[in-house]
Amino acid sequence: MNKRKVKSSMGSKIFTVLNSLFMISFVVITLYPVLNTVAISFNDGIDAVRGGIYLWPRKFAIKNYQTVLAMENLIIGAKITVARTVIGTASSLIVNALLAYVVSRKRFLFKSQLSLFWVITMYVNGGLIPVFLLYRNLHLTGTFWVYVVPGMVSAWNMLVLRTYMLGIPDSLEESAQLDGAGYMTIFLKIISPLCKPVYATVVLFVAVGQWNSWFDAMLYNRMKTEYTTLQYELMKLLSSVMQQSGSAASASERGSAAAAITPLTIRSAATVVTMLPIICLYPFLQRYFVTGLTIGGVKE
Amino acid sequence: MVHSIDDCCCLWLYQNGGGTMANVARKKDKKITWKEIKRQKSLLIIAFFVTVYGFIFYYWPLTGWIMAFQNYKPAKGILGSDFVGLDKFKFLFSDAAFLRVIRNTFCMGALNLVTTTVMAILFAVLLNEIRSSLAKKLVQTISYMPHFLSWIIVTGILHDALSSTGIINDLLMRFGAIKDSINFFAHTQYFWPIVAFANCWKETGWNAIIYLAAITAIDPSLYEAASIDGANRLQKIRYITLPGIKPTIMILLLMNIGNVLNAGFEVQYLLGNGLVQSVSQTIDIYVLNWGISQNDFSLGTAAGIFKSAVSIALIVICNYLAKRAGEEQLF
Repeated sequence: MNKRKVKSSMGSKIFTVLNSLFMISFVVITLYPVLNTVAISFNDGIDAVRGGIYLWPRKFAIKNYQTVLAMENLIIGAKITVARTVIGTASSLIVNALLAYVVSRKRFLFKSQLSLFWVITMYVNGGLIPVFLLYRNLHLTGTFWVYVVPGMVSAWNMLVLRTYMLGIPDSLEESAQLDGAGYMTIFLKIISPLCKPVYATVVLFVAVGQWNSWFDAMLYNRMKTEYTTLQYELMKLLSSVMQQSGSAASASERGSAAAAITPLTIRSAATVVTMLPIICLYPFLQRYFVTGLTIGGVKE
Repeated sequence: MVHSIDDCCCLWLYQNGGGTMANVARKKDKKITWKEIKRQKSLLIIAFFVTVYGFIFYYWPLTGWIMAFQNYKPAKGILGSDFVGLDKFKFLFSDAAFLRVIRNTFCMGALNLVTTTVMAILFAVLLNEIRSSLAKKLVQTISYMPHFLSWIIVTGILHDALSSTGIINDLLMRFGAIKDSINFFAHTQYFWPIVAFANCWKETGWNAIIYLAAITAIDPSLYEAASIDGANRLQKIRYITLPGIKPTIMILLLMNIGNVLNAGFEVQYLLGNGLVQSVSQTIDIYVLNWGISQNDFSLGTAAGIFKSAVSIALIVICNYLAKRAGEEQLF
């Protein structure tokens, strides 16, 4: 008996050690590439092309950030990205919340038809080409609104909100109705305040999607530099690095002191600028996205 | 097209949400009176506008499917273009490049699905075994981080790590595994594993959220009883944790199978290049190349329809299987 207990605690210790090693390597693999990018972004351009930079810049330089912050397209992209994130998120939340409120009213006339109408859109869509032609016919392409209007209603966000609203006791609505409140008053004064956590979840999902999207800028506003986005500008920088990586050696040979910046370091600096806001914010929003993902998933 | 994880979750959510709705419908007692409809005016107005919006942005593009059966000319429009029957589909299936993109899409989708699912479960189970709640919280917070980075950033980072002067070549050369640096993006055999790794790197922590939630829902008394019976930690994982989250695993897996074809655009588009295009191109990229760049809207639409049809078939089959599995195991 005694022997067995010792043995099992030995096994448990080995397990703890192996598990810790697994977690440490997981954390290293997750963090290293990001920290490496930060290090490269603070390094001299020509020097960085030689490689061998790990977690700390070898030849410190601030020039990359100065160059990035002076790039006109990136500044425009940053403004547009902030604008689409704010406007897109706000409009999406309002519309989705209203729709979810309507379909979660138990006595609403077309409750199930309206839900079905939106659930179908999750499975069936026209595909890239018909959608492209539609936006062109609606004159949405080449405008800012192509970032906001098409994705305003999302069945998935609507369902998250609906599931949450269905969990609010009916008695609250009923007593307000007895006091003479209409549906809109109930939405604004009773349901919305109770839905703050799930609103935060949806805001987070939509905002991250808006901030990170690049494909719409490339497809619909390729020729319109005034509506470029941060991610699309970053993508252009990335492809310039990819083209150059084949001739990396020649670049360092050429290396005159005049060109202390290279696509590699510029892109790293732009990457850091782009990811900084999200990386700083997400740890504080954890409970919201955990709630969002597990709504309806785990019944307590 | 791009939100594979969101898609999987909405199916998951819909199942549960749907259940609640069915219960509500059953409880319905009184008939809705005319007076009540009048009171619902504001709801009806919202419903009307949202439906109009939905028709324009989600249902109207479906009429564009007609283009797949035409020789669509933008100048003539859908009404004026000549019908060519199934010619575009015949061309597709005789095009070796299209058959190759089907293979690529399926293989990469399946590989990604298996690796991301295994990694997420492994991570969730092992994280749950960490005793220190501070360490647990810290590791989990770090694990979410890549999910919030865009694919542009992730592929850029990956490109750095795998470049000739990047960390991977550096390590391999240091340990003497290779003499000269490998150009990972120039050889077809590395492309699929790179894409799978990229997906794992980005989504493991995020996907683990739902498994961790399922693990916390397991009755703790099961573990206590197992300890008294002398089970060690591996045995507890094997006989309690894994069976406990099996329904969640099954449902998420089935849901994700339905989305296999949707998981093939951003990484492949951003990481692919001329040297590896025989293995990197997916259906979505094919549609983009033919439809937008070559301006053959009909062919692009036909390829899109094929993808939608296969996706819907997979989703229907998987929903059916998930419901059956759900009934047997969840309730």
